[in-house]
Amino acid sequence: MEPFDARKSRKEIQNRNQEYQEHIKETMPKSKTGIGCIRAFLVGGLICCVGQAISLFALGTLQMDKESASMFTSVVLVFLGATLTGIGVYDDIGKWAGGGSIIPITGFANSIVSPAMEHKREGLILGVGANLFKIAGPVLVNGISASVVYGVILYIIKLL
Amino acid sequence: MAKRVGKYSVQLEKQINMVGGAAIVGKLEKEGPLGEYFDYALEDDLWNEDSWEKAETKMFYEATRMAVKNSGLMAEDIQLMMGGDLLNQLIAAGFAARQMDFPFLGLYGACSTMAESLIVGSMAIDAGFAQRVACCVTSHFSTAERQYRTPLELGTQRTPTAQRTVTGAGASVLAGEGIGPRIKSCTIGKVIDYGVKDANNMGAAMAPAAADTIFNYLTDFDVAPDSFDAIVTGDLGIYGSNLMKEMLAEKGYDLRGVARDCGIEIFSQDQDPHMGGSGCACGATVLNGFLLKKLRARELRRILFVATGALLSPVSTLQGESIPSVAHAVCIEMED
Repeated sequence: MEPFDARKSRKEIQNRNQEYQEHIKETMPKSKTGIGCIRAFLVGGLICCVGQAISLFALGTLQMDKESASMFTSVVLVFLGATLTGIGVYDDIGKWAGGGSIIPITGFANSIVSPAMEHKREGLILGVGANLFKIAGPVLVNGISASVVYGVILYIIKLL
Repeated sequence: MAKRVGKYSVQLEKQINMVGGAAIVGKLEKEGPLGEYFDYALEDDLWNEDSWEKAETKMFYEATRMAVKNSGLMAEDIQLMMGGDLLNQLIAAGFAARQMDFPFLGLYGACSTMAESLIVGSMAIDAGFAQRVACCVTSHFSTAERQYRTPLELGTQRTPTAQRTVTGAGASVLAGEGIGPRIKSCTIGKVIDYGVKDANNMGAAMAPAAADTIFNYLTDFDVAPDSFDAIVTGDLGIYGSNLMKEMLAEKGYDLRGVARDCGIEIFSQDQDPHMGGSGCACGATVLNGFLLKKLRARELRRILFVATGALLSPVSTLQGESIPSVAHAVCIEMED
């Protein structure tokens, strides 16, 4: 839309906005990437170590085969992530660790349980049901779509 | 009758007094630096209700009731109520209003709604359409988070420029009689958009609107910033407030020493609010809790209350729109 304003042309407004946005880019407080990466590494690594320990426990003590053991590990980690979300701890971990606690499977559990907790007041079907995958949904859709594309590429390469 | 001054401002002629005010806040706000000034604080964010939305409705209702009581008036004396909140379709204000026997105008100016209500209320009194008007706004951290951002328990980090929505409600009773700080003049803001798209940097989006309105007030009335004891913005936060001061400095107005911001003052940095508080209750609770008491005690004589609002929605953000913002200024004076 053309500006309904006789005092400034569209070009002047564009220049003004560009100047302001550049100024903001320069001066706004920025995230501390260095310390953020270290924290993410520590917490993400810790979660992976816990996963490895569960896996070894399943293979050794529980005498599971490799496939069952990795399934068992996922189930236990999801359970832990969901429980920590339910008792209100996971968001505090996330605040400190950032990507370190979002990327592992426990973060996935967190992204499903947290909307479920909020939307139970709007009912089980349309509240929880409709909002359960509000955060995880886009991740799943895009992840699965990407894997389909990848599969097709792999198939074509193998044909050649 | 009121008269227009300059291009954008209005001088009110009748004696319009803020005869009563009340501020209800959440637990974190109570623990903040201004905690002692608020009239009531919630123990938890549900306030014995079964949803946050109901708690927000209750804050609106109770704040209005307290403000009317503080003003020494009765419910039947109120001829008009106006105000709003941040929720879709103004459900907190509308649902609270159904419990009250007042004619009600729902207003939305995002976080600028308190100033908007005071302006519309004062004009109604000045024009003789009403003699006593209640103005109330509310916002709630938990309802705002779920509407504008993500579930509370989601383990994500906020950016350094983010702000924390204030849980609370602030109400003022305006009357064409009685005593109290007086609303003298106001400037209605234009919607300003400098193309900022980052919904986590609301201070930067709103600073140009605040600067524009303050500039218009100062030029329309031809007064210097230091003719005020304080020019109090609503929720620009630390970064937004600095930007606003820079922009006004470029236009020749030095606000250092008089500029204050409710968002900066309501929380201390130990409470981790990042750039400060936000939400329509931010300005409203600080005005009706802290500033009103300071005016009554004559520790402040003349303030310019400039509530700022970012007129965005989650839909507009997803569609890649920038953030239009507005700020309204109200001059409040305490006479001897």
